[in-house]
Amino acid sequence: MVEIICKNLSKTYNNKHSALSNLNVSINSNGIFALIGRNGAGKTTLIRILSTELMPTKGTAKIDDLDVIKQARQVRELIAVTPQEARPVPWMTPKQSIMTYLLWRGFGYSEAKKKAMETLKLFGIEKEADRLNMKLSGGLRRKVAVATIVASDAKILFLDEPTTGLDPISRRDVWKILSEFKKDHFIFLTTHYLEEAEALADNIGLLDGGKLLALGTLAKLRRSMGKSYSITVFDKEAAYMQLKYLGNKITVGKDGNVQLLVSEKVASKAAIKLVRAGVKFSINPVSLDDIFYYLVKKPITGEGYEEEYTK
Amino acid sequence: MKRNILSEVLASVLVNAVYAMRNFPVVLINLLLTPLSFLIVISFVSHGALIGVAIEGAFIMTMVSNGIGLQGDLSHLKNDLKLQDMVVSSPTSAFTYMIGMALSEIMYALPSLIILSVLAVLFLNLGILAALVITAVLIMIFVVSLSLGFFLSTFTSDVIQSWAFSGMLSLLLSTLPPVYYPLTYIPLPYRYIAFISPTTYAAEIIQNITGFVSLSYSSVIIAWAVLLAFTIVLLFAAIKRSRWTDI
Ligand SMILES: Nc1ncnc2c1ncn2[C@@H]1O[C@H](COP(=O)(O)OP(=O)(O)OP(=O)(O)O)[C@@H](O)[C@H]1O
Ligand SMILES: [Mg+2]
Repeated sequence: MVEIICKNLSKTYNNKHSALSNLNVSINSNGIFALIGRNGAGKTTLIRILSTELMPTKGTAKIDDLDVIKQARQVRELIAVTPQEARPVPWMTPKQSIMTYLLWRGFGYSEAKKKAMETLKLFGIEKEADRLNMKLSGGLRRKVAVATIVASDAKILFLDEPTTGLDPISRRDVWKILSEFKKDHFIFLTTHYLEEAEALADNIGLLDGGKLLALGTLAKLRRSMGKSYSITVFDKEAAYMQLKYLGNKITVGKDGNVQLLVSEKVASKAAIKLVRAGVKFSINPVSLDDIFYYLVKKPITGEGYEEEYTK
Repeated sequence: MKRNILSEVLASVLVNAVYAMRNFPVVLINLLLTPLSFLIVISFVSHGALIGVAIEGAFIMTMVSNGIGLQGDLSHLKNDLKLQDMVVSSPTSAFTYMIGMALSEIMYALPSLIILSVLAVLFLNLGILAALVITAVLIMIFVVSLSLGFFLSTFTSDVIQSWAFSGMLSLLLSTLPPVYYPLTYIPLPYRYIAFISPTTYAAEIIQNITGFVSLSYSSVIIAWAVLLAFTIVLLFAAIKRSRWTDI
């Protein structure tokens, strides 16, 4: 069990750009914590503060009761980080990259070498062990960056967008590795792939504009939203005809279809009505995607959605 | 876990020197060429008269440019590769990182130092004492420039900035000051400006012990004292005032 507590944590870059404002968070979690949020929400800023790389402007943060500023040394014994933009050193091989990182962490030479090879095998990239990083594809380089800190066996891993740039199969391979790893480690990751957070995370935090909008298990987030089903109707006109009675619950969803986020009771009634009228629709439990849009309220595409929530 | 400081130092040497040199040997040639070109130019222009002083100057420049060079290397690792973030957030201390990187820079200086040592044996008549004095002064100058390089690198946000710093510092510390030529060649009112640079004192001490200038006893003491002060203050600044954690 790892405990992360932030109190009034704020970060303002150069006295101008506010990235985090008065963040109060208490994460008490096993396994994997996923932080999601739009570009510029402050995810990287939070990770860099928690991992002792960046000074906050105000407030405190503690990991397992250790202050990340005052007790940075002790915190660093516990953690390992893959920064969002980390690139393995181009003139080194994956094996050398992992090995030297382990040396920096104080591993002995032969132990570091052995561990490097084991980890490359675990990630299924042992064939690339001795090729130069600069000759690897972008996704492979990302894998090397993630493998590097998994190799460290640190108690707490911070992974800032670990799977960005990975193909769908590689991504799932990494999920499998992390799911195995989380059994005796804590992983704090950020991601823009919401299905990744859904599949992997024991707890999810949603950050927006430097503030925490939601925190908890997926089930808890669903409950707190008060909606459990999402109904999508592909024929707009038919949808409005049949579901007029629901009034402003009808919205144009993020991909231009008519979408309803509703309680179980309303869902079953609406579904029956649509079936009877022969209108095609799909019904799903509310996904993290839906929650994200609902809470952040800023659909990137589609009209109408915004009106609904500003009413 | 029991930590192994030697491993931590070795990591920096491998990353910044061994593996880098293996892939980009041209870096070594560049680092060799700069001090040697000055040596050659000064020797020709002085019709051989200043070759001794110029060899000593090349020694100093080698230390300066490799020490300051740390800045560009670290800035690349920090800003482009985000490697420094990974190191900062690991148990390694800034000091251990700096020691390892210092050793890596010495490896880059080796070819130049070897060639200059051969030239020194051929053209300078060095006794044991002179050799010891030169070694001590070179180490101090290396610590001075290394500390400056490390200190500045922690403040840079892009490698382009570092290149500018490196260029300026090399110029101000080894090209302009009386490193490749005796201090007395500078017309008097301007001579005092040279004393802003720590390399002036280093050159004075070395040129004095090898007989190219003759300084009073008190001037030699002052030169040592100032050089020592520079070394200690800059080293202290690098360890204590570097921006290891970002703001
Ligand atoms: N070094 C910096 N100087 C000034 N402003 C910064 C700096 N780094 C980040 N910011 C600002 O802080 C805010 C939060 O940025 P941050 O990188 O933490 O977001 P993020 O949630 O990680 O975004 P993304 O999903 O794009 O990675 C942004 O508005 C950004 O412009
Ligand atoms: Mg980010």
